[in-house]
Amino acid sequence: MFSGTEMATLFASMGITHVVSVADSTIGTWHPALERSADLRLVRVCREGEAWGVAAGLYLGGATPLVLIQCTGLFESGDALRNVLHDWHLPIYAVIGYRSYLNQETLPGDTCLVFTEPVLDAWRIDYRLITAPAQRDEIRAHYVACRDAGTSGAALIAEGKA
Amino acid sequence: MNDARERMPLCDAMIALHRARRADDVVITSMGAAREWMALGAGPLDLPLVPSSMGLATSFGLGLALAQPNRRVIVVNGDGAMLMNLGSLVTITAAAPANLTLILVDNGVYEVTGAQPTPGAAPARALGDAVDFEAMARACGFRSIFHFADLAQWQQEIERVLDGTGPTFALLDVSTVPGSRGPRSPGPAGARALALRRQLTLGPR
Repeated sequence: MFSGTEMATLFASMGITHVVSVADSTIGTWHPALERSADLRLVRVCREGEAWGVAAGLYLGGATPLVLIQCTGLFESGDALRNVLHDWHLPIYAVIGYRSYLNQETLPGDTCLVFTEPVLDAWRIDYRLITAPAQRDEIRAHYVACRDAGTSGAALIAEGKA
Repeated sequence: MNDARERMPLCDAMIALHRARRADDVVITSMGAAREWMALGAGPLDLPLVPSSMGLATSFGLGLALAQPNRRVIVVNGDGAMLMNLGSLVTITAAAPANLTLILVDNGVYEVTGAQPTPGAAPARALGDAVDFEAMARACGFRSIFHFADLAQWQQEIERVLDGTGPTFALLDVSTVPGSRGPRSPGPAGARALALRRQLTLGPR
């Protein structure tokens, strides 16, 4: 739906300094452009739970991080985000890939469609569902609203294949 | 424990670090190390990671080191917590912050829950072969690696450990503290986070 260049430009325009990420087949195509950006540093982590901790440290140190993971990584990282967002009240923003939302050809009946939004609700993460390219500016608007309110938030980006 | 290694008292190891750290160092502690560190009196750049998501201290430390490249960041982590986030060793060396020191205090047990052996400790392993954290750090690509079992040696070498080009890994064999408790939160975490960020963003990074 979005190219890496579009996302790198968007993140830089939001004032993001570091993108902490685990790739999936959509997000991974963005990594080269994120690496090329002079305004961003891509920090690759080994699992998504780490991403929240690294982002927390970056934020405490004065940077403006963003967590970029797939929804499966959201499931994996529950306790880490609970601690970072709710114990420490750190206003970390995330962009989360919504696996199989656009098609289920690779994984018919993918349970990501069952659990992703309820899990975001359970963790009390305010999110915006992005299902079309025309919604790109909604990501920035939501991020700015969360930043100004001092709260965490997420953009849930519809993906196709796993 | 059945492990016959010489071990230093955790509190003495922390006292040595408390004396050696500079005022502008960030020090992150977790679990038993946080308890001992707070007993020594925490400074404005200290982050006792209480409450925590167990294992996340190394990740917090990496983020802080990347955001504050001109400041030393010291993480004191336990072996149980390290086992919960082993991938962070790889993440740290991939990012390669020269200003990050990871001190792993290894007592082989989950001390604050009653000293049950970790899966990495010799008594919990079918073959009795304790996990070699020093070799693990080397394999993951740490630039500087140290291993201390003797308190006097740790006291003598600590400046060299902290002054080296990181990422640095220092393994300390420490004894368990019988009947010890988990660390108590020193206050609301959100307020402490804000205070630390404010301290760290006052001057040049």
